[in-house]
Amino acid sequence: MATTSAGDTTGKTYHDELAIVREELDKCMKCGNCMAVCPVYGAEKVETSVTRSKIAVAQAVLDGKLELDDPQVYQMMFNCLVCKSCMTACPTKVNFDRIMLAFRAALVRKNGLPWLKKMIFSTLKHPKLFDAGMRIGAAMQPLAFKGEDGGASITPRSPFAKFGAGIGMDGERKMPSLNVKTLRERVPEVVRAAAPKMKVAFFTGDSLNYIYPDAGMDVIEVLTANSIDVHIPKEQNCCGVPVLVHGDVETVRALAKKNIDAFEKTGCDYLITACGSCGGAWQHDYTEILANDPVYATKAAHWATRTYDISTFLTKVITLREPKGKLDKVVTYHDSCHLKKSMKVSAEPREIIKSIPGITLKEMKAPDTCCGSGGSYVLSHYDTSSAIGRKKAEDVTATGADTVSVGCPACMMQLFDNANRYGKNEDVVHFVSLLAESYRREKSA
Amino acid sequence: MLDQKIIEQLEALAGKENVLTSKADMVAYSYDATADMPNQTPDVVVLPTSSEMVQQIVNLARENKISIYPRGAGTNLSGGTIPLKKGIVLSFQKMNQILEIDAANLTARVQPGVVINALNSAVAEHGLIYPPDPGTVATATMGGSAAENSGGLRGLKYGVTKNYIMGMEVVLANGDKVRFGGKTVKNVTAYDFSNLFVGSEGTLGIITELTAKLIPAPKYRRTMMGIFKTIADAGNAVAGIIAAQVIPATLEIMDQMTIKTVEDFAKIGLPTDAKALLLIEVDGNSEDVVVNEAEAVMKVVTENNGDLQAANTDQERDQLWTARRNALPALASLNNTVVLEDATVPRSHITDMLVACEEIGKKYDLTLGTFGHAGDGNLHPTILCDKYDEDEISRVHKAVDEIFKAALNYGGTLSGEHGIGIAKMKYLEDELGKSGTNLMRNIKLSLDPENVLNPGKMVPMQEV
Ligand SMILES: Cc1cc2nc3c(=O)[nH]c(=O)nc-3n(C[C@H](O)[C@H](O)[C@H](O)COP(=O)(O)OP(=O)(O)OC[C@H]3O[C@@H](n4cnc5c(N)ncnc54)[C@H](O)[C@@H]3O)c2cc1C
Ligand code: SF4
Ligand code: SF4
Repeated sequence: MATTSAGDTTGKTYHDELAIVREELDKCMKCGNCMAVCPVYGAEKVETSVTRSKIAVAQAVLDGKLELDDPQVYQMMFNCLVCKSCMTACPTKVNFDRIMLAFRAALVRKNGLPWLKKMIFSTLKHPKLFDAGMRIGAAMQPLAFKGEDGGASITPRSPFAKFGAGIGMDGERKMPSLNVKTLRERVPEVVRAAAPKMKVAFFTGDSLNYIYPDAGMDVIEVLTANSIDVHIPKEQNCCGVPVLVHGDVETVRALAKKNIDAFEKTGCDYLITACGSCGGAWQHDYTEILANDPVYATKAAHWATRTYDISTFLTKVITLREPKGKLDKVVTYHDSCHLKKSMKVSAEPREIIKSIPGITLKEMKAPDTCCGSGGSYVLSHYDTSSAIGRKKAEDVTATGADTVSVGCPACMMQLFDNANRYGKNEDVVHFVSLLAESYRREKSA
Repeated sequence: MLDQKIIEQLEALAGKENVLTSKADMVAYSYDATADMPNQTPDVVVLPTSSEMVQQIVNLARENKISIYPRGAGTNLSGGTIPLKKGIVLSFQKMNQILEIDAANLTARVQPGVVINALNSAVAEHGLIYPPDPGTVATATMGGSAAENSGGLRGLKYGVTKNYIMGMEVVLANGDKVRFGGKTVKNVTAYDFSNLFVGSEGTLGIITELTAKLIPAPKYRRTMMGIFKTIADAGNAVAGIIAAQVIPATLEIMDQMTIKTVEDFAKIGLPTDAKALLLIEVDGNSEDVVVNEAEAVMKVVTENNGDLQAANTDQERDQLWTARRNALPALASLNNTVVLEDATVPRSHITDMLVACEEIGKKYDLTLGTFGHAGDGNLHPTILCDKYDEDEISRVHKAVDEIFKAALNYGGTLSGEHGIGIAKMKYLEDELGKSGTNLMRNIKLSLDPENVLNPGKMVPMQEV
């Protein structure tokens, strides 16, 4: 478990007390296996980029040989996509995500969020970076400025809400408005199926709500087409992962509790996600950050076992209504890091894609290597992120597919950007949208 | 600390972006994969991009009496890349180009930073392989594995790195660049320089280019596992397979401790009362031959009271390999420190050596499991210990002393594949005698009189 005995006695988790991750650090035998899979190392080819060096530096900090807020230490600790690839290759099962989160949280505790914000912005000197900031700024605009409760209190909607100021998202710049209605504005709190057999609660997450509401609508459409009522509680918030990776633990705790409360009220037994980061938060992060909370620890543990990615739910929990509408497409599938490495979902989306008539699934080389997106990483480490994304785009193009499908909105953004720049402008879709489209064709035929 | 002037000169030579100096960077280049080693950070890390750059760096270092530590991926298990006497770590991570694949001559020319698997993927489309396969094929570099003369799982049939290095370009301590060997299968011109520099652990020269031999990929293979109730049965089976004139590509062994630990770790249905397990793979380009060899192996396993499992599909093969693949991870999960040795004995003494390791473990009250390459007598006695427990660590040191003594007693050697580095230097004289270590020193001093290349490794210098 996340919270070692030390966590139990002091009531703290590794998010609150750096020394608790010592045990995790000690597990690393410096074998270097992580070098083979770490996307950042793959792009930069220096030891400083790879997992084990971050562990060595973390050990040096705990041993008092390096300062926690040494700018170079900061650089190393933020030069990580938190993609968890290293954890799949690690013989001794080092939970590197815990190390990373513990460090980032410790940095924020020591120097505060404004300091961190300044550090992140200080790396944005590249002119191209600014472009990227603008692009993402445009996409994220609603996240940064709009929210049902006016963005008050504890509800930053993404890292960019807190970190937005200064990178072209501070309201002083004019940006193209996305001009879309959010997902949760489009639907009532309960969408009923024609002859419902069961009900589920849908955690939309911010990306589906604000950036890809159409994909969110497709989730609802597919569920109702399978005779399932869908509850979409209005009071749900950002899952908190983007904030967590920036070390702001208290905000995540508050977000997690709000989300848990909102879903308790639905009375549903199943919580459905369509984003690997959101699902991973419910399955893992919430139980870890709330491990010592007298009220929410058990609630978080309960929901962890009730959370399903939409693909797992459709293929393992219910019998999927067979898609009959034909789609003439050659599709390749990208394994989102958090979906595969955190939620362990990789066969199910493929099963769904293959079940659609007319679709040929062509696997790319190494479908589970990271696409290079990862919160503010795209902005703060633009060159590395692009190098990683470029390779992914080239692998996609090499398959000859016309469509790349994926199960995580953050990857969709990155793949879309890179398919434009380095690939052949392939369509980028959530796999659930393919299924929804097939159902629609069937109806109209 | 190095003079800022030197840093500036290095930056002028290699480019600012290829010279690292921050404290955190130094920590990142202070270790390799070896447990229980002294901790030392370098003064500076340089990432050269050409052999000319390497020459200039060597000249600058020698003139200023600064030590140089060549480094590939830093995955060696003998402390070979630790910058013991401070100075410059020369990292080849950026010299990672495959320069040429010559399918007609079955050769490839590579820069030292090319990862072994990257070469294998590149030659796969020609139906070729580069056979040396240490457990680190996905990370270790061609330069590092040549300097270490790495072996691997296929060593029994296909040999080790030295059998696949046909030529090199080396930068010497005096700044000269020499090229020798090449694409010809035969070459007796001059001394056999390739075999001098292969396995020299960065102490004699810096490898800046390699010509590697490739072979056609074997088309057929059969995989089997034998589970034995006594170590003697397993040892007899190993001898019996060779006596049946079968040379398997892989012939791996695991002792009871390892079997138990793997079973606890991976739950794959291994009988935990078994005393030894053999994983055997035969391969080749003729299906008939491979099938015949597999049958011969199965007969030997059964004759020696082994419980036999054979794989018929890739998936079944994968299952059989699961046990071996999990050996190190499973053992490593038992404690925070993994002391992994590679004492090697003549094949006929495998049983004796396995028993000896087990007894040494008991004698010093240590958690010790042994697995390894039974076919070539190369065992990996692995001790799992707590680095914070001083008493235990001192028992580990005594046990390691005895393991080496046992190996030498059976006519074996200190290291089958991990090299000497820092970890085994003090035992060198036990195997080679004074005249042997003198020879080492003489060779070292004639090539590197100022001892700038990887000082403190492999060659005991005290007596000079
Ligand atoms: C989990 C694990 C499994 C392993 N399994 C095996 C195995 O099955 N068989 C086996 O033989 N070994 C094995 N090893 C150890 C093996 O020695 C290394 O993995 C590999 O050969 C070293 O390659 P590297 O690029 O990491 O070299 P490094 O560790 O960087 O360097 C190794 C040595 O070579 C020198 N060197 C590096 N580059 C150059 C150069 N360009 N010129 C001159 N000298 C240079 C260094 O100074 C050092 O002395 C294993 C290690 C681990 C951690
Ligand atoms: S793979 Fe795991 S144990 Fe090995 S160096 Fe990386 S983090 Fe450490
Ligand atoms: S989480 Fe991803 S980016 Fe970070 S160290 Fe691990 S593999 Fe590298």
